[in-house]
Amino acid sequence: MLTALWWVVVRDLTLAMRRRADVLTTLFFFVIVVSLFPLGVGPEMNTLRLMGPGVVWVAALLASMLSLGRLFSADYIDGSLEQMILTPRPLAVLVLGKVLSHWLVSGVPLVLMAPLLGVQYGLSAQALGVLVVSLLLGTPVLSLVGAVGAALTLGLRGGGVLVSLLVLPLYIPVLIFGAGSVEASVTGLGAQAHLSLLGAILVPALVFTPWATGWALRISME
Amino acid sequence: MMEVVDLVCVRGERRLFQDLSFSQAVGELLYVHGPNGSGKTTLLRTLCGLMLPEAGEIRWRGENIRRLGEDYHREMAYVGHLNGVKDELTAFENLRVMAQLAGADDCDERAVAALQRLELSACAELPGKVLSQGQKRRVALARLLVAPRTLWIMDEPFNALDVKAVATIQDILIEHLDNGGMAILTTHQEVEITADRARHIRLGA
Repeated sequence: MLTALWWVVVRDLTLAMRRRADVLTTLFFFVIVVSLFPLGVGPEMNTLRLMGPGVVWVAALLASMLSLGRLFSADYIDGSLEQMILTPRPLAVLVLGKVLSHWLVSGVPLVLMAPLLGVQYGLSAQALGVLVVSLLLGTPVLSLVGAVGAALTLGLRGGGVLVSLLVLPLYIPVLIFGAGSVEASVTGLGAQAHLSLLGAILVPALVFTPWATGWALRISME
Repeated sequence: MMEVVDLVCVRGERRLFQDLSFSQAVGELLYVHGPNGSGKTTLLRTLCGLMLPEAGEIRWRGENIRRLGEDYHREMAYVGHLNGVKDELTAFENLRVMAQLAGADDCDERAVAALQRLELSACAELPGKVLSQGQKRRVALARLLVAPRTLWIMDEPFNALDVKAVATIQDILIEHLDNGGMAILTTHQEVEITADRARHIRLGA
C-alpha cells in the first residue's frame, strides 16, 4: 500500500516538475491577490493589520481552488486515470497520493510565501507564526475536500465554475478557524483553540475524503 | 473462467444490446464485432468493471467481478481507446509507474524487456509528447507485458500500428494464449489469429 502511495507521489511530482508553469501560476495568483489589497485599501496600518489574516486566507482558498482543475482532468483526458482505477490497489490510497502531491505542489508554496506577504499587513512575528501553522493545518483540508469536488465535476462542461460552487461553501469552516486563529493571537486570546479545531477538521477529512473521491471518480468514469 | 450472463447495457436512453451471454475458457480468444456505435467499447468497459451493466452478471472464476474488485484487477489488463501515456514522462517512466502500481516484481527489468519486445528501445528515454501515435500505442500495449495477467481486454489494439507491429502483437497474443491466458478484443482490421481458438460475437446485427 505504501509503495502505491509512494509511486503515485513520485509520478505526480515528476509531472509537476516538468510542467512548472502550472505550479507557478497558482503561486503568483496568490502573491498578486494578497498584494493588491494594501494598494487598494491604502497604507492605514491598523486597517491592514485587522484585515491581513482574512485576506491571506481568502487568497489561499481561491488559489487552491484554481489549481483543482489540474488534479484529475489531465489524467482523465489521456486515459491514465482509468488505468489507475484498474490497478489492484485501493483507489483511496491512489487518491491520497494524488492529493498529497497536489498539496506539496500547490499548498506548501503558499505556506512558505505567507509570512513574507504577511509583512505587508504589519503582522507581528507571533501572528506570522500562527498564520503559517494555521495554513499548514488548513491547506491540506482544502486539497482533500477540493478533490471530492474535482472528481465529481470531472468531464463535465463548465466543470471549473461548478467546482467553485460546490467546494467554496465547504471551505468556509477552514476559513473561519484559519483566519480566526491569527486574529485570536493578535488580540491576545491565544490561537490554540482555533488551531485545535483546524486539526480536528483535518483528521476526518484525511480519513473520509479519499473514499468519497474514489467513489466520485468511479461515477465519473461511467 | 469468465461467464457473462444475460448482460444488458444501456447508454443514455438507448439500449445497446440485451441478453448477451457467453463464457470464455483459458486459451480462448474472443473477437467482438459490430458496426460503429453498436456497443463494443461499452461491452469491454463493462467487462473491465469501469461501467455498471443495466442488468445481468459478469463472473470471474464463479464470482461476480463487482465483489472481487481488486482481486479481479490483479488478473486483468485493459488497453482502451485512450493510451494512458503521459506526455511529460518518458516511455520507460510511463511503463515503470504502471508496473509498480500493478504490483509487478522487477519493474525496471520488465519495463526494459517490454520496450525491447515492441521495438521501442530507441525511444525509451523520449518523453511521450514526441512519440508518434503508433509509438504511443505500442507503449500502451507494452503495459500488457510488464505485469503477468490472465485476461487481456483490448479495444482496437491495432489502431495506428504499422504492419510489422501488428505482426508482433499477433505473436505476443498467440504466446499469451499458449501460456494459459485469454483475450477479448475488438478490431475493424482483418487480423487473423489461429482460427480454431478464435470465437466471434456480433453486436448490433
